Amino acid sequence: MPFLQPLGHLILSFFEIVGRLSIFASKAVSHCFRPPFYPRLILKQMIEVGYYSLPVVGLTAIFTGMVLALQSYTGFARFSAESAIPNVVIVSITRELGPVLAGLMVAGRVGAAMAAEIGTMRVTEQIDALYTLATNPFKYLIAPRVIAGVLTLPVLVLVADTIGVFGGYLVSIHKLGFNPATYLKNTIDFMEYLDVVSGLVKAAAFGFIITLMGCYHGFNSKGGAQGVGSATTNAVVSASILILTFNYIITELFFSR
Amino acid sequence: MTDQHDVTQKSIRIKIRGLTKAFGKKVVLNGLDLDVHEGESLVVIGGSGTGKSVLLKCVLGLLKPDSGSIQINGQEIVGLNGNTMENVRRKFGMLFQYAALFDSLTIWENVAFGLMQAHGMPKDEAYKIAIEKLSQVGLGERFATKNPAELSSGMKKRVGLARAIATSPDTLFFDEPTTGLDPVMGDVIDRLIVQSVQELGATGLTITHDMDSAKRISDRIAMLYDGKIAWVGPTADIETTDNPYVHQFINGLLEGPIKISLTNSDRAAV
Repeated sequence: MPFLQPLGHLILSFFEIVGRLSIFASKAVSHCFRPPFYPRLILKQMIEVGYYSLPVVGLTAIFTGMVLALQSYTGFARFSAESAIPNVVIVSITRELGPVLAGLMVAGRVGAAMAAEIGTMRVTEQIDALYTLATNPFKYLIAPRVIAGVLTLPVLVLVADTIGVFGGYLVSIHKLGFNPATYLKNTIDFMEYLDVVSGLVKAAAFGFIITLMGCYHGFNSKGGAQGVGSATTNAVVSASILILTFNYIITELFFSR
Repeated sequence: MTDQHDVTQKSIRIKIRGLTKAFGKKVVLNGLDLDVHEGESLVVIGGSGTGKSVLLKCVLGLLKPDSGSIQINGQEIVGLNGNTMENVRRKFGMLFQYAALFDSLTIWENVAFGLMQAHGMPKDEAYKIAIEKLSQVGLGERFATKNPAELSSGMKKRVGLARAIATSPDTLFFDEPTTGLDPVMGDVIDRLIVQSVQELGATGLTITHDMDSAKRISDRIAMLYDGKIAWVGPTADIETTDNPYVHQFINGLLEGPIKISLTNSDRAAV
């Protein structure tokens, strides 16, 4: 049965990738907790991941909040349930859209940049140079990025949540004729601690996934410019898929009854 | 450089025995034996794809050999990792083929990297040493705050050399030090290498296929072919040896025991 051979290769290579990634992840995590630490590099990466991602995440969040209010109104008006719009906006943004959209945007911006930077370092022997200078690249390159991703994404998502809800508020007040005080009261009344916390937990997980994928693909890139290009693409694609997968898993853990 | 007759009397700094490394079915190093004596400069020559870089990476601990032994100052380094290997590397200096300077750091930060990261030296002190090492390779303080992208290939090599010698290592490694340079700049880099090795009293291991460069910087030359050392001897003997591999290689002859396929089908990239 010749068709089984490629299938077998596919399964074996899948497990090989999972194995390599697991070893890389365990090394990355273990180096996050072992000295020496590089606080300056962590801070630099936090600024790179968080501060410079603010415009793109903010814009995504505000338009998502605005569209959400607009679309909800179109649907809910049929059942005279327009008053539920603040509730829909706050739940959707804090539980799902804030973390997922921020995660995907950061994966595109930061994950790609990390893969390209570390990949270029790999193909130009800069990573080998780190080894010869008695510096562990996992401590110097990987750990600061992973720590920065895990710490910064929740803050970024908190900002995205606020801006997203504000987007819904703007459309509801100025276009749909809601009373501002009532809208805000409904939003606050319906906001639950668990919704926000689940979003922040997702954000931390997504921060880990994005930075890990960026570093893993960059660190293992080969073959010059083409290899770095492939690493960048793979980092973004794999991070995006894992974000959506883990979004479901974390949602299931938090909210399945 | 070092007196030829003294070299073999000195103790062995790098001792390689039975080193084997294969990539898939392609055997690159096949039971290689080599000694590098203390204070000598040994150059390994050989054609492209013969495993010179693989040999160097195995000695530096960047590649794990399939079998064999590598001893540095009597310490076995095959199988070492983590802090133990880092401690061994603290005594190394390495000049990469294309310098491998860190893009994100300035020139002085590149030179001082090993001092600050691996030796924990304060920034001010490391800066002074970096400037001193830069001047040693002919670059003034005005280059200190530039980025690597602003420098020419020759200048990058000089900075790479300054970085390699900054921590005053006892063993220096050079990977194709003159590749990509014009003959004049190649000569300058060779002279700087000789000067740096002599000033430090270090042991040097260089890989290159540039025969002019090899003759300028070596006390002894070893020729790598088919995964083994085909010939090793004092630099002065290389022109007169009757070894057919060396004769063919240094004269650039197509006829001889070194078989080079004219098609790429049976050559694997190393």
